[in-house]
Amino acid sequence: MKIHEYQAKKVLAQYGVPIPRGEMASNAYEVYEIARRLGGTVVVKAQIHAGGRGKGGGVKLASSPAEAEQIAGKMLGMTLVTHQTGPEGRVVQRLLIEEALRIKKEYYIGIVIDRLAKCPVIMASPAGGMDIEKVAAETPELIFKEHIDPSVGFEPFHGRSLAFRLGLSGEFLSPAVKVMAALYRTFEGMDASLVEINPFLQTEDGRLLALDAKITFDDNALYRHPELSQYRDFHEEDPLEIRASRYGINYIRLDGNIGCMVNGAGLAMATMDIIKLVGGNPANFLDVGGGASAEQVKNAFEILLGDKNVRAVLINIFGGIVRCDLVASGVVEAAKAVGIKIPVVVRLEGTNVEQGRQILRDSGLKFTVASGMKDAAEKVVSLTKQ
Amino acid sequence: MSILIDKSTRLVVQGITGREGTFHTRQCMAYGTKVVAGVTPGKGGTTHEGVPVFNTVVEAVEKEGANASVIFVPSAYAADSIMEAASAGVALIVCITEGIPTLDMMKASAFLAKRKSRLIGPNCPGIISPGKCKIGIMPANIFKEGRAGVVSRSGTLTYEAVWQLTERGLGQSTCIGIGGDPIIGTSFLDALRLYNEDPETEVVVMIGEIGGTAEEDASRYVRDNMAKPVVGFVAGQTAPPGRRMGHAGAIISGGKGTAAEKIRAMKDCGLHVAASPADIGETVVRALKERKS
Repeated sequence: MKIHEYQAKKVLAQYGVPIPRGEMASNAYEVYEIARRLGGTVVVKAQIHAGGRGKGGGVKLASSPAEAEQIAGKMLGMTLVTHQTGPEGRVVQRLLIEEALRIKKEYYIGIVIDRLAKCPVIMASPAGGMDIEKVAAETPELIFKEHIDPSVGFEPFHGRSLAFRLGLSGEFLSPAVKVMAALYRTFEGMDASLVEINPFLQTEDGRLLALDAKITFDDNALYRHPELSQYRDFHEEDPLEIRASRYGINYIRLDGNIGCMVNGAGLAMATMDIIKLVGGNPANFLDVGGGASAEQVKNAFEILLGDKNVRAVLINIFGGIVRCDLVASGVVEAAKAVGIKIPVVVRLEGTNVEQGRQILRDSGLKFTVASGMKDAAEKVVSLTKQ
Repeated sequence: MSILIDKSTRLVVQGITGREGTFHTRQCMAYGTKVVAGVTPGKGGTTHEGVPVFNTVVEAVEKEGANASVIFVPSAYAADSIMEAASAGVALIVCITEGIPTLDMMKASAFLAKRKSRLIGPNCPGIISPGKCKIGIMPANIFKEGRAGVVSRSGTLTYEAVWQLTERGLGQSTCIGIGGDPIIGTSFLDALRLYNEDPETEVVVMIGEIGGTAEEDASRYVRDNMAKPVVGFVAGQTAPPGRRMGHAGAIISGGKGTAAEKIRAMKDCGLHVAASPADIGETVVRALKERKS
């Protein structure tokens, strides 16, 4: 789960990370007052779940409350396109109005999970304010790392080691270590999979602050943090994906025209791949669950048909523990209930596959029964080209 | 021979009285797996599916000599169950549970690092040595005794690959689902090492997917150390970046973990790569022919 910058800063501040003074606004008329309270000169920042906002025109400096209001009026409702939003961009619905700061130097600090080492790793870089992935690719020597033993946690030496390498010594050492400790407390306390301060700012007047922040939460641990549900912004999510998540179905919308319904995540990815390999375009990733129950198949049909680009559906079920005849009955029942009108290609494999195929053929519905993944993909692709 | 499990494996089922635990205990026993004990805290002293139930794993080890465990405990308690099994000295722990918080798994991994137990999973179908022992949720009837090792991050895609092998008369020595999470106990590399030393495994199929760099690390091992042909496949060639594709670990982040990178690494390191998921079986046939010629 992702949250906005202003929300991430609120969470970080709760754990003791210093942040600039600022307030969220969703109407331009609020902005004048906020800017006035913050001293007149402010930064207006578009709040969307994607990076690269500055380059896209989503971060602007205003030298007066009136100018801030004017900028806000233009920014709210605009479609912001950045390298992370895709070409369709995101509509700006909220702004963060923040005090303008005099920047001396920009750093980067962040915590991610090192899969190989099976532990969190704190990363720091003097190349702050830049795309950290680019820094990692082009100048990896500018990224410093400290692995944290998850059973012990963050120790001050981790912070000192990074701070000295960043050149944050003397009066800045202790505050820098404190920020890193707070960042780790946030990571652990909130079950994050990523926490990032970029840029981590050193101001002309000698303060260290989080100028921009990003937190991604571990979806598996959301049950431990019911307070996070208030941070979910449905405007940032696809309506069909929201519906699918209510059914407990893993669904990701793509831009093709072949709807896919598959049991298991790996097989679902492989099904998308083979559609592409034989010249088609998958409309989605959809994992209907290992059991592929009739109820879930029906729900999945509704989600797939909610995407108006879908011209044909490919169902690929490997019946393991669940027998194919049961899966086939479920598919027939669901297709009848939903009243499906576009072509459906079904590939079943596993226990009782023949009975399953017979049920599909006898259903009176226009199913195309395929044998094997390749056959299924070719059949569905040719149906969309007719 | 097989790796990690065989006919002498003595299994304890953690969470045996739950719905999943009950169903799969029955299935594993039907396959011939020696299920010697179950654990459900508070139900010690009873029997379930004809198996004695204990309150703790330690008792199951002391009284029934359990040397492997399978975990069907809900995600909030599963990491605790893993550590309990490791603390009791169980040699092989197979965790089927999906959805365990990553932080819990990092702590459990640190705990395991100081002990001798091996963990498979979590979020996996388990491990099977056809004809000998099954610890997990896979459909037994698609497997066949033989000499191919299969190691995979996925469930149903593994069944697909196994099915393609079995249809071609190629049986399997041991199949391991290593799991779809970012933090897992047994990696591709660990599994390949075991297959390399197993005299009955002739060829290995490695089924990867987007996210992380485990496929790349394993490919380098194949190049430098593997004495047997390895067939590779990577799912998620059409997956968009930044989106979690069902499995918690299947995500391209920061431009890293793409299928293209993994396939390139596999090819560079001499693996036989199946371009399509429908070609996994045929690629194994070809790899075996090439080796013999």
